[in-house]
Amino acid sequence: MTTVSKPARSRLDPEPIPRRDMLGLAALWAAGSALVLAVLGMARLPKAAVVSSPSKRFTVMLPDSLQPGQAFLPSDRSVAVFRDQEGTWAVSTICTHLGCIVRSTPAGFECPCHGSSFAPDGTVVRGPAPRALSWLKVSAAGEKLVIDEGTVVPPGTKVQV
Amino acid sequence: MSGKISSQTGLLEMWDNLRAVPRRIVDSAFRSGKPNTDRTRSTFIFGNLFLHLHSVRVHRWSLRWTTTFGLGIVCGAAFLITLVTGILLMFYYKPYPDVAYESIKDIHFIVPTGRFIRNIHRWAANIMVVAVILHMARTFYTAAYRKPREFNWLIGMGLLVITLALSFTGYLLPWDQLAYWAITIGANIAQSPREVTDALGITERFDPGEWMRLMLLGSDVVGPVALIRFYLMHVMILPLALTALMGVHFWRIRKDGGLTRPVNADQKLSPPGGDTYPVFSEAPARTYQIAAIVKGRTSQVGNGPENTVPSMPHLFYAELGLLMLTAFLCLAFSVVWDAPLKEIANPAVPENPAKAPWYYLGLQEMVSFSAFMGGFGIPAIVLIGLGLIPFVEREESGTGEWFGGPGGWPLARNSALFGLSAAIVVEAVAIRFGWIREWFPDAPQLLITFVNPGTVLTLVYASYSVWLIRRFQSTRAGAVGLFTCFLCGFVVLTIIGAYFRGPNWVFYWSPAEWPGH
Repeated sequence: MTTVSKPARSRLDPEPIPRRDMLGLAALWAAGSALVLAVLGMARLPKAAVVSSPSKRFTVMLPDSLQPGQAFLPSDRSVAVFRDQEGTWAVSTICTHLGCIVRSTPAGFECPCHGSSFAPDGTVVRGPAPRALSWLKVSAAGEKLVIDEGTVVPPGTKVQV
Repeated sequence: MSGKISSQTGLLEMWDNLRAVPRRIVDSAFRSGKPNTDRTRSTFIFGNLFLHLHSVRVHRWSLRWTTTFGLGIVCGAAFLITLVTGILLMFYYKPYPDVAYESIKDIHFIVPTGRFIRNIHRWAANIMVVAVILHMARTFYTAAYRKPREFNWLIGMGLLVITLALSFTGYLLPWDQLAYWAITIGANIAQSPREVTDALGITERFDPGEWMRLMLLGSDVVGPVALIRFYLMHVMILPLALTALMGVHFWRIRKDGGLTRPVNADQKLSPPGGDTYPVFSEAPARTYQIAAIVKGRTSQVGNGPENTVPSMPHLFYAELGLLMLTAFLCLAFSVVWDAPLKEIANPAVPENPAKAPWYYLGLQEMVSFSAFMGGFGIPAIVLIGLGLIPFVEREESGTGEWFGGPGGWPLARNSALFGLSAAIVVEAVAIRFGWIREWFPDAPQLLITFVNPGTVLTLVYASYSVWLIRRFQSTRAGAVGLFTCFLCGFVVLTIIGAYFRGPNWVFYWSPAEWPGH
């Protein structure tokens, strides 16, 4: 039975953190950061890496009777196609406000949901829509047209077919 | 008698025990016996996992009809009803586009009691939304959010948000026109921070709007992935979160010292009835059972159990009565009004007008001026403001009294008048004369985003509240003004959205004037 006499401590030689406390704290922090990392890792799952959506490219055949200023609306697509002397172009009919499908009218486009309206070239005339309707890429494939809803082109881009 | 049996054969004893099985099962489950004395009424509660969220005795002030109007219990009862009916609907519902619509049709037309159960689910959900809003108003107007109940006010806000989220996610599931377009609009509201990032030209690098929309829909269209997500949230994630928060909410009521009551509640109450008598002659200096380990004072300290009655039966019968009332309302409404089911979702043709559920129509009205501020900015401001109330308003007068605090009822009434008129005037201007884009077609988008009827109204209300704080020298007066104004604004915008907006979101005095289409 020997008693170890502790050396006197000074400000320069402080009481060390007990070893067990140190290990315990380290373990606690390790567990905590592991949990946080695990949650972050899990949050990656719901963010889809590949977005499954129907093909955005499709082909149409414009009827010969299509007059300048008149919209051709392919079925099941949110696009209006126009043709005049300068060429052919396609305007997206998805409202830039909250995604409703705008209707083509002689004066341009009207949104049924919150009353935005657009000029024939897609610029906002009134209502809450923050942006003009997008012009979409049109290319020729023989007699037919290929329209790509996924590719936006600058307004005024008309294609001679 | 037992001596006689034990002297007989073991078979006879077994027979006797068998006959006693039902009684002994009941006895072992409810050890304390019939709750007919103060002691057994207490053990009835704290010996039961589900009941012991309640305290054993309840103050007579809490049981007054006008203290709460039973609104919190109605919320819980409505949730219970949606839970039961929701599980029943899950027997037949199939969460896949088009198939979902067919399965709802089956539930509506073929499944025995299906239509009735779906109606009850729908009505209970509506009652829950109404009750949650009214319950919050009750808590606010009786100043029941004050110390020590600040945290429970925050929990309550969480419950409000989850309730609204449950309604929103449930709305998509039928996959009809109503559902599809409401969710398309909702998902695009999630994307609406783009309105600002676009205007600043930083969308390429920083696009929180698209991220939120993608997390919500799991795709860039409202399709099968979105439907599964909404289904998962509606039947699993949100109900679990709601249940957990509800547990905390109830538990905190008890831990915060029961329902709020005025300091002079005991004098205001009529003398206690014959069945109420003092239990202890002195108020406890410490909470009872954990006195040995707990430091400091809990809310029970210094409050004797005088003027309390046993929760069993007084409180439980009141709660049961409210559950029955809620169930009765759901059933009665369900007999008279069917839950709507429109045509199957058609992504090519929006409903015109495409209206959200009624409690979102106020939002939709604001969104019709700016998607970002209406759907995102102002709701966020309102939520932050609500959360700050108990931490900014630290006064003590009027706690537990209806319209307590400086100003009292006249202040609440005047604020309501002010809030209603301001909302009507701003809306009238916007409807009659249009807004910035109609006057200056080239106005920049940021101006349209940040200066619109919704933000103008918010500013007017905030200034009114500041004026009240100065006039009454009281943050409570300012809070009453602000809360009342926002409540009134919500009502006005909701009514305009519900009854006065027709095709193309144009103002009509009545649906009879809508153009035929």
